[in-house]
Amino acid sequence: MEFGFTIAAYVVAAVLFILSLGGLSGQESAKRAVWYGIVSMGLAVFATLVGPGSGLWLLSLLLIAGGGLIGTYVANKVQMTEMPQLVAAMHSLVGLAAVFVGFNAHIELGNVLAMSAEAREGLEGFAALLAQKTPVEQSILRVEVFLGIFIGAVTFTGSVVAYGKLSGKLGSVATKLPGGHMLNAVAAALSVICLIWYFNTGGFLPLALMTLAALFIGYHLIMGIGGADMPVVVSMLNSYSGWAAAAIGFSLGNDLLIVVGALVGSSGAILSYIMCKAMNRSFVSVILGGFGGTSGPQMAVEGEQIAIDAEGVATALDEADSIVIIPGYGMAVAQAQQNVAELTRRLRAKGKTVRFAIHPVAGRLPGHMNVLLAEARVPYDIVMEMDEINGDFAETDVAIVIGSNDIVNPAAQDDPNSPIAGMPVLECWKAKQVFVSKRGQGTGYSGIENPLFFKDNTRMFYGDAKASLDMLLKLIS
Amino acid sequence: MKKCGVAAKSLRKYLASGREIFCDPYLIGAGTAKPRGTDTVKIGTPKEMFKGEARVAMTPDSARQLQKLGYDCALETGAGVAAGFSDASYVEAGVEILNTAAALWKTVDIIAKVRQPSEVELKRLNGKKTLISFFNPGGNADGLELAKSKRANVIAMEMVPRISRAQKMDALSSMANIAGYRAVIEAGNNFGRFFTGQITAAGKVPPARVLVIGAGVAGLAAIGTSTSLGAITLAFDVRPEAAEQVESMGAEFVYLDFEEDQADGAATGGYASVSSPEFREAQLAKFRELAPQVDIVITTALIPNREAPELWTEDMVAAMKPGSVIIDLAAEKGGNCKLTVMDEKIVTDNGVIIIGYTDFPSRMAAQASTLYATNVRHMISDLTPEKDGQINHNMEDDVIRGATVTHQGEITFPPPPPKIQAIAAKPKQVVPELTPEEKRAAEVAAFKAATKQQITLLAVGGGLILLAGLFAPASFMQHFIVFVLACFVGFQVIWGVAHSLHTPLMAVTNAISSIIILGALMQIGSGSWLVILLASLSIFMAGINIFGGFLVTRRMLAMFQKS
Repeated sequence: MEFGFTIAAYVVAAVLFILSLGGLSGQESAKRAVWYGIVSMGLAVFATLVGPGSGLWLLSLLLIAGGGLIGTYVANKVQMTEMPQLVAAMHSLVGLAAVFVGFNAHIELGNVLAMSAEAREGLEGFAALLAQKTPVEQSILRVEVFLGIFIGAVTFTGSVVAYGKLSGKLGSVATKLPGGHMLNAVAAALSVICLIWYFNTGGFLPLALMTLAALFIGYHLIMGIGGADMPVVVSMLNSYSGWAAAAIGFSLGNDLLIVVGALVGSSGAILSYIMCKAMNRSFVSVILGGFGGTSGPQMAVEGEQIAIDAEGVATALDEADSIVIIPGYGMAVAQAQQNVAELTRRLRAKGKTVRFAIHPVAGRLPGHMNVLLAEARVPYDIVMEMDEINGDFAETDVAIVIGSNDIVNPAAQDDPNSPIAGMPVLECWKAKQVFVSKRGQGTGYSGIENPLFFKDNTRMFYGDAKASLDMLLKLIS
Repeated sequence: MKKCGVAAKSLRKYLASGREIFCDPYLIGAGTAKPRGTDTVKIGTPKEMFKGEARVAMTPDSARQLQKLGYDCALETGAGVAAGFSDASYVEAGVEILNTAAALWKTVDIIAKVRQPSEVELKRLNGKKTLISFFNPGGNADGLELAKSKRANVIAMEMVPRISRAQKMDALSSMANIAGYRAVIEAGNNFGRFFTGQITAAGKVPPARVLVIGAGVAGLAAIGTSTSLGAITLAFDVRPEAAEQVESMGAEFVYLDFEEDQADGAATGGYASVSSPEFREAQLAKFRELAPQVDIVITTALIPNREAPELWTEDMVAAMKPGSVIIDLAAEKGGNCKLTVMDEKIVTDNGVIIIGYTDFPSRMAAQASTLYATNVRHMISDLTPEKDGQINHNMEDDVIRGATVTHQGEITFPPPPPKIQAIAAKPKQVVPELTPEEKRAAEVAAFKAATKQQITLLAVGGGLILLAGLFAPASFMQHFIVFVLACFVGFQVIWGVAHSLHTPLMAVTNAISSIIILGALMQIGSGSWLVILLASLSIFMAGINIFGGFLVTRRMLAMFQKS
């Protein structure tokens, strides 16, 4: 009876989880979708608590409550610009939890196998489940446990490194130990050997060795990826945490874990795919770090960057009718989204058309810019995607680039030898006038010169984005 | 920097053109007027002597700007009247009014005028004077000789090179713009129907069909005017790159069924070059086909220093409907239609009106004068880099060198090619228009490829699952099916997620992935202290994740709002 109830609750929870993800197709339905997620999660936990195999009720509830307190505190305190770090940090928790649960499964299996047949009869819960397994099923279980721990461990260290890079605690530069990808390959080979070893013996040593190798892979892989590729990395880690959960679900024979793990895993995989497509790079080249090889010398950039001050920008904005703002990671770094929003409000109050153009890989997290603009209360219906707005630049009077670089680089279209050739970019240079708010004359993440800055209709508005916009706001009432 | 505000009006022009530095360096600091000594240079504009010419080369506005450059301004009395600028308005702008042309030519150092100067006027020049005017240097050898013998410096406004920097002084473009606009207005004046199609209680009115030949500045201006009046506008140009511009103005580009590598117009300074006989035949055949269908034809085809090409032949005129109008903007160079009579309006036997006026800019004298005076003012600005009221005739400067036709007793026409290439346009690969059959074939092929790919994927995937089923026990396969279906559902659902919600999606999937807590909950009840410890830690971490993930998602979503 109780078991049947658990399964039923799992079905309901699975449906709600699917609805929760599907609901994110629109801003309004998304608000409902979160509640689906919360309810289904509560249902799943409740059903498991009353279901077979669980014990220590009180301890479990206390732990959940304790974790919940911390989670609530963090969620309320975090600033929207820190979202990427937060998500990465949370992934590491899931990864570590997967590793622990995997180890538990291994320990339990060992305990159960060591027992006599009579003792097994008296088992209950998870151990009882294990006790009923045939030798073939036990072998499969070992593979599942092994996979769960492996993916979990990669997710754990990978997320920790990603967190470090995103929060600035580690440099965002791609660094590799000597040996580069060979080290990863060796670690991966070691893991495979451990798998075969573990499959045959079931000992703890191969499992521990593999865990160390996997931890190293996660660390080294993500260390080798630069800051601008973080959107892909974070969604990839998201995907991994899902697959880890699914693998653990197999070993525990829990269908809900499998379903949700697969949902999360495929969601992350698709997001990574979308990001890679937006950069016109293959997933492998992003993960292995660095940009693809170039076939010849890059075009030299001629001309000079012409600077402009706040008065000049203010005059131009005053004259313009249609304005497009292109935010990038620089806006997030400078925390300038409130100023951008204020500028937008004032310009809109004057009857000007103001819109935002968001490149799919702007920022450090998929959809990062949208969240920052939403935080600053920019209405989402004036925030456009690249494909929606690229055709409109020719009719735009002023385009303002705030802290983005590679995503507005015309070399991607003009120069076949450019490292970013073929990457879809925002064609802001087609606007009558382009202002670029930028700290200094440096190049972007990819280290390529941006011919946009040298164009006749481009003016450079040097300085910290927030400070520059402060000056500008004083001149626009 | 406040001076930027003072000069807001001219700034607007720069912005509109989108090319120039919008804080013109010549205007910054222009307010600091130099003390006017006796040697102040004077700029003067005489009344145009050419019959019917209403334009004037200096307006009160341009005079004010010139004074900021440190010059004094003078005007022959009544010079601006025909363009709607009274002497009083000039006086208000600080311009000295002189009574006779002779007095003006004598007192001023720089003469700015519109039309090519007459012999009388040229004789009044001397070695200290500079003349800025249209000059037609290609067809005015006598004038050049005379100016040379007088040792005067002459700047011909039509010779301003067509480079981005010089657009602000490109008087030909300014005038062509007006001519194009006025051509449509003139055509409408002579055309007995509406431009726009209407359905009224009194019956249905078809829209006028306008054909514009030559999509230069004048042609594009005509296209813009015609489409905004509501006519169906067709346009043709020999330069294939013009198609994009034509379509951007809302007209339909007339394509020829002809294959030949056209010389890139950008290589010749944006002008068309002479085309091959075969191309010409194809072009005329197309026009012949269009002639009975169009109501208004506006021809603007000119090739520099040559007679205008004949594009609209007599048989095309004969094929047109009675009441149709032809405006020949090339009338001055013989006309694109040989029936055109320069400066006159004629009606053919079959009732087609052919207008050969050459003075369209002059017919809009106020507008034309404003633009021309601004062009001249920019030229003088460039001649006065120090803004000190002294001319610095820098023959190293591409623009000034190009426009100067006589300098210190030498004829400097024709100029050497400019150092900067005209327009850096790369030859574009024109994608051939696909026929409907080809499109269909491509679609079918794409569909087949997609089907093939999908079937292959399904076959491989299905095969792998079957293979796994052969070896794995049933209990595993049960879970495996659930897993595969869940992946499938995930793929289907996630594609629909809005771009802007990717961050909330990540936060929510992150919260959901803490479903791993179920595993820990199942284990905590059984086994040794180690298991309990590890399970407890897992539950604790997952707890952080569940609450943190969902709350932060809710926070984010609450911020999204509609305007």
